[in-house]
Amino acid sequence: MISHIDVSSVLRRTVCDLYSNLVTRPTGAAVRIGIERHLDEIGDKALAILDFSHVGLLDYSCADEIVAKLLMQYVSVDDPRREVYFVFSGMSESHMEAIDSVLDRYGLALVTQLADGAAQLIGKVDGEQRRAWETIAQLGGARPADVATATGMLPEHAERTLETLWRRRLVIRQESGYVPLRSGVRTGGVRGDATRGTSGAIGVVAS
Amino acid sequence: MTTIISVPSSLDDQTFEQIFDQLAPLPPDEKILVDARRTRWASPFGLTGLLALAQTRLERPTFAVPELDETTSYWARAQFFKHAEGFYDILGRPPRPRAASGSSVLLEVTPVAHTQDVHTVVENIQQRAQAILQEKLHLESSVTMRFTMALSEVCQNVIEHAGCGGWVAVQAYRWQQRAPGRAVVQIAVCDSGMGFRKSMESEHGPRLTDRWDDGMALEETVIRGATRFRDPGRGQGLAGVRKFIGKWEGKFSVRSGTARIAVIPVWDEDVPLQENLPHFPGAQVQLTIPEKYR
Repeated sequence: MISHIDVSSVLRRTVCDLYSNLVTRPTGAAVRIGIERHLDEIGDKALAILDFSHVGLLDYSCADEIVAKLLMQYVSVDDPRREVYFVFSGMSESHMEAIDSVLDRYGLALVTQLADGAAQLIGKVDGEQRRAWETIAQLGGARPADVATATGMLPEHAERTLETLWRRRLVIRQESGYVPLRSGVRTGGVRGDATRGTSGAIGVVAS
Repeated sequence: MTTIISVPSSLDDQTFEQIFDQLAPLPPDEKILVDARRTRWASPFGLTGLLALAQTRLERPTFAVPELDETTSYWARAQFFKHAEGFYDILGRPPRPRAASGSSVLLEVTPVAHTQDVHTVVENIQQRAQAILQEKLHLESSVTMRFTMALSEVCQNVIEHAGCGGWVAVQAYRWQQRAPGRAVVQIAVCDSGMGFRKSMESEHGPRLTDRWDDGMALEETVIRGATRFRDPGRGQGLAGVRKFIGKWEGKFSVRSGTARIAVIPVWDEDVPLQENLPHFPGAQVQLTIPEKYR
């Protein structure tokens, strides 16, 4: 299931309907809890698009409360609350600065969707993870063997790297392979999970 | 008996030391008269510092307003008297404040005690900050958000660490003496709360070291990013402020207790750490963003 969450609306609903800026820790914590409640309602496997388009300012403290503490529950624990993937969209340069800073502190990474629709990986990822992620993004989906062929990695190494990317919720794992995070991706239990592109790799299902 | 505290004619973070010097030996219940009659100018640090000063007194102090109309008029526009009336008996008649629009007051003296105060500060300053930072300081448009982020973080520092409310003010002006004519924007956030050392001690207790004092507490927090919280996400606010200051060649100083630490740009000749200053409670923070040389 794909869920679009307008972060600015969550702010107005949970804190104050006059605010447009995400500042202070208590505000960040309230917004995060609002997002978590929403996620609790959307099933065990979901892709959440967190839309920052209407957010004015995001300060470091609020970024820590919303982004880092949210991701920590889903991507950096052995037994995450459920299989939730995040795509951050509508981010301005200053949002990115605050978020980059908190990702760096916790060793986290996330996927953002740029205005032109292209996905971007930001935060802490090593060179091989980035290459594998870019290959998946380029192919629209792939099996470990496809990534190994495209990158020159050993097949078992490509498999481990993709598994790590999945555990970090930076790619989606499906029975037929791995697919990139985009707002157009469907997760689990939809139309045969994935379609096969002309390259033989796994493609993205339009939502 | 009333002790007279003389306010320097030009009141900024440096000359405020003269006031701290006069105050330090006095017991908190001693009646004081803060004499600003000869004062002609005050920076945001000066105005917010005078309010924090009043909060430290057990006996309600008296404040003698500046004699110069131009000065009182400016202080009134900056909302200084509006707040001062709550803490001082005012000697003299401050003028009614006029609208601050079009003036160099970017943010009037504003109390910071609760989370919603930070929202108010941020909502109020953005439009004015954009005009001043780009038109007067010739900075890129991207600076406005970073500037406001830094402002937000230093205000939150009061709420999280002071244990009582503080004050913030932001003003743009042109230097008269140092680098004459260069425009700057200054943010000052002053409180008279527990200060950096006691905030750290409140969680961890005093450090087991020969040197655990206000200076070391400032080094640990401002430079190394330590905080009293065990949450690894803490400490990012001041780190972000340092990053912002570094990028825009600004200056960042924090005075707390008996010490003052400063992150100094090339254009300034301040000292990085001053210790054994006259004691004053709380924390007094100043950020200076200079005009970009074209």
